Amino acid sequence: MDIHIQTPITKEKAQELKAGDYVYISGTIYTARDAAHKRMDETLSAGDELPISVAEQTIYYMGPSPAREWRTIGSAGPTTASRMDKYAPRLLDLGLAAMIGKGKRSQAVIDAIIRNKAVYFAAVGGAGALLSKCIKKSEVVAYDDLGTEAIRKLEVENFPVIVVIDSEGNNLYETAIKEYQEI
Amino acid sequence: MRVVNVEEITRNIKEMCIEANHFLSKDMDFAMKNAISTEKSPLGKQILNQLQENLQIAGEDMIPICQDTGMAVVFIEVGQEVYFEGGILEDAINEGIRQGYVEGYLRKSVVKDPIIRENTKDNTPGIIHYKIVKGDKVKIKVAPKGFGSENMSRVFMLKPADGIEGVKDAVLTAVKDAGPNACPPMVVGVGIGGTFEKCALMAKEALTREVGVHSDIPYVKELEEELLMKINKLGIGPGGLGGSTTALAVNVNTYPTHIAGLPVGINICCHVNRHVVRTI
Repeated sequence: MDIHIQTPITKEKAQELKAGDYVYISGTIYTARDAAHKRMDETLSAGDELPISVAEQTIYYMGPSPAREWRTIGSAGPTTASRMDKYAPRLLDLGLAAMIGKGKRSQAVIDAIIRNKAVYFAAVGGAGALLSKCIKKSEVVAYDDLGTEAIRKLEVENFPVIVVIDSEGNNLYETAIKEYQEI
Repeated sequence: MRVVNVEEITRNIKEMCIEANHFLSKDMDFAMKNAISTEKSPLGKQILNQLQENLQIAGEDMIPICQDTGMAVVFIEVGQEVYFEGGILEDAINEGIRQGYVEGYLRKSVVKDPIIRENTKDNTPGIIHYKIVKGDKVKIKVAPKGFGSENMSRVFMLKPADGIEGVKDAVLTAVKDAGPNACPPMVVGVGIGGTFEKCALMAKEALTREVGVHSDIPYVKELEEELLMKINKLGIGPGGLGGSTTALAVNVNTYPTHIAGLPVGINICCHVNRHVVRTI
């Protein structure tokens, strides 16, 4: 089913999304990948506040290529989500509503998704040029020194994603593959 | 003897880094188009169409095909009658990578130290493999490698008794484990034989062989075809979201090995299997 949603994503909104839904996201999303997650985790462990409030927000696991002068952003496709698995449950427990990435998640992340009524979306890996067209604004809001791994605030319009793990823990990577498995 | 100024190497490497990241080679493009017509899953077909559209946008608008513009892998075959002047060859190659990644608006993904992890900010150093060959030509292959798929690569030190069935199991296991993480449809490079490091290097170089061109060793050609067929029956599909196109090709290279061993390297690449070749 094709669904259009606007961020922020409340628990109620997240619960309406089901594994396999094709979703177009509009509004604000944040980028953060390996180094940014590590630093956020260290910040929380030190008892300090995160540079962004994650409640009802969406984090896109992405590090863009540099933008040419006349562009908002360079190529901007998803990176492998499992590298963030170590940090994701903590952010989900702080109210993070959604993650956009590609690839499998650990059981601990799936449990945290169910516990917090969150959602995991996949964007199409390797389609960075196409996806960059849906990003209308991009601004570094934290960890500028991390370069491509800095936290960016993006304004997106009809950003195409697929619900892979929904708030009940249904996992499209498992169900869809079984459907086409012949050996 | 032929004199080649290393500035020529730098200029070519720079251009090849930019070209590889914006235009997919003809063989890959053909394989992708062909996959759209054979894919069984409607969502899989939709994803393949998106990837096709992505390639068009990348080329027309000069935006890299994928934001992970890779670590630059360079295979360089130097004719032994060539004399380089104007500097050190390795420095010239890295200078080409630096210029290509900086001037080409490509992502700088290389860190100075694997533990300390400070970005070098120009994507150097590259990974360079040299071969000395006969003649007076220099053949350069530039193959930037993204790490989504690189991370899913494996080396298996099998026993001779495991034989060809063991090799097949190893490849299928690696592809199954990689699943959606490696941005399928994948190209699977396999190196059988040699030593621990030789099989991995062969697997990497196998990725630069044109998709659709098989090994000229009959049993290896059969193995490539059988593995591709079996991989596409795993159901992983485009984007890992189910379907009949999990891989576009399996390229296998072999080398003599020791009586006690059967090393198998599996280097997985996504559909953005970049390789540009020039001979100067």
